[in-house]
Amino acid sequence: MRVAMMLVFTALMLALWHLAVRFELVNRTFVADPADAIAVIIRQIGSGALFESILATIARMASGWLLASLLGILIGAGIGSSRLAQQVFMPTLEALRPLPASAVIPVAILLLGLNDTMSIVVIAFGSLWPALLATIHGFQSVPRQLREVGTMLEMSRLRYFFTISLPSALVDIIPGLRIGLALSLILTVVTEMQASLRGVGYDIFMAQRLYRSADLYAGLIVIGMIGFFINQLLLISERRLLPWTTRRVH
Amino acid sequence: MTIAMRPSPLSAIVPICLLLGWEVATRTGTLDPRIFSQPTAIVAAIAEAARDGSLIQATRETLEAAVVGLVLGFVFGVALGILLGLRTGLEVAARPTTEMLRSIPAIAFTPLALLLLGFGLSMEVAIVAYACCWPIFIATLTAVRNIDPRLLEIASVLEMSPQRRLRTIIAPAVFARVVVGLRTAIAFALVVAVTVEILSNPRGLGYALIVAQQTFRPDLMYALIVWLAILGAIFGGLSKLLDYTRIGRLA
Repeated sequence: MRVAMMLVFTALMLALWHLAVRFELVNRTFVADPADAIAVIIRQIGSGALFESILATIARMASGWLLASLLGILIGAGIGSSRLAQQVFMPTLEALRPLPASAVIPVAILLLGLNDTMSIVVIAFGSLWPALLATIHGFQSVPRQLREVGTMLEMSRLRYFFTISLPSALVDIIPGLRIGLALSLILTVVTEMQASLRGVGYDIFMAQRLYRSADLYAGLIVIGMIGFFINQLLLISERRLLPWTTRRVH
Repeated sequence: MTIAMRPSPLSAIVPICLLLGWEVATRTGTLDPRIFSQPTAIVAAIAEAARDGSLIQATRETLEAAVVGLVLGFVFGVALGILLGLRTGLEVAARPTTEMLRSIPAIAFTPLALLLLGFGLSMEVAIVAYACCWPIFIATLTAVRNIDPRLLEIASVLEMSPQRRLRTIIAPAVFARVVVGLRTAIAFALVVAVTVEILSNPRGLGYALIVAQQTFRPDLMYALIVWLAILGAIFGGLSKLLDYTRIGRLA
């Protein structure tokens, strides 16, 4: 029943859109027929171009995000478990945090040029913040009882890290990583457009330059699907990885 | 997520070392001053940009787009949230459509907005509004669906007009949550506006930033970045203010 309603509504929206274009209520140069957009996607699947673009975009996004997550967790664990480190570094981090991530694009271009490295550095910089701050918060808020257990059992630092503080902090870290991934998709699209790097963002950008509106809408549909599936994947893995936590609202 | 911190003299170590190291390294030539500029040159550049009015002009353009977009996104998000929140069937049926639209990063619409609206304020406002409407939509939707159904039944029994229903039942119930959505949206507004300007729109701070980079004015480029960080902090402060003054009293 629910699925039927969803299908009917989606079909209705597509039909309205299609008819609006067919009866020229909107200008065809600017608003493509959804049927044409879907035809473009099918054609690109056939030629392999779509697969190439998606692969390039996801590879870039994943590299930046993984780098940011790794750095974020490492640095965050260091800062979060030491009061001294917090006093030394937190105000500087707090001062850098409000900077819009895209503002470092010109700096990255100046330092690295218009290439993949630049893109990955920008993506990593942008998605570092949620990972880093969430990790610091997670390590700061290890419950006192758990810390006492560690002391009582005279655990080594390494053992304490892997059996107590990291699992406890994961409750905060994983949502931070999810926010970071959403940001990294945005920055991937931005840097692809800015630096003309092969990928879905660049395809959308070129479609506009060439006034190929069907290609443009096709690109938007593809990027929406990437965003949707990535978010679903992370929500599922969040539930799998953290079965012991009740969901907390941030 | 707030990280409590007491101010400490130790906090000054990192920024002082960074700034001093930066100044010394660029003066001795360890770092190329044509790429890294110098802290003193950056301060001079920001002072000059403030004096000749270009900084104020660019800031006004960026804030204009961010604020107008935020307001439009707010109105649209609240309206859509209330509509779909009250009509549960419609909300379920529309879910694939809303989820799909929500998954497209607002910035990806830049080429489309450019095609439809051309360069200028309106395309930037449209993208900021798109980005801002989703967190507000989700917050409103959740809030409306959490309204005690008995309240809505009472409204039906009393044959309240839609306006009255909105004012006496829906608005008070959703207020606190909508403010939370608004906080997220405020954080988006400035970032999205600046990003659109960096990508394509020839106005505002983002454009000034990319021009500074392309005309080999690293001092001005870093000055604008510092200024953007300050603006970002002000936006962040505004959204925190909402948190303490409103939620605390009403939730």
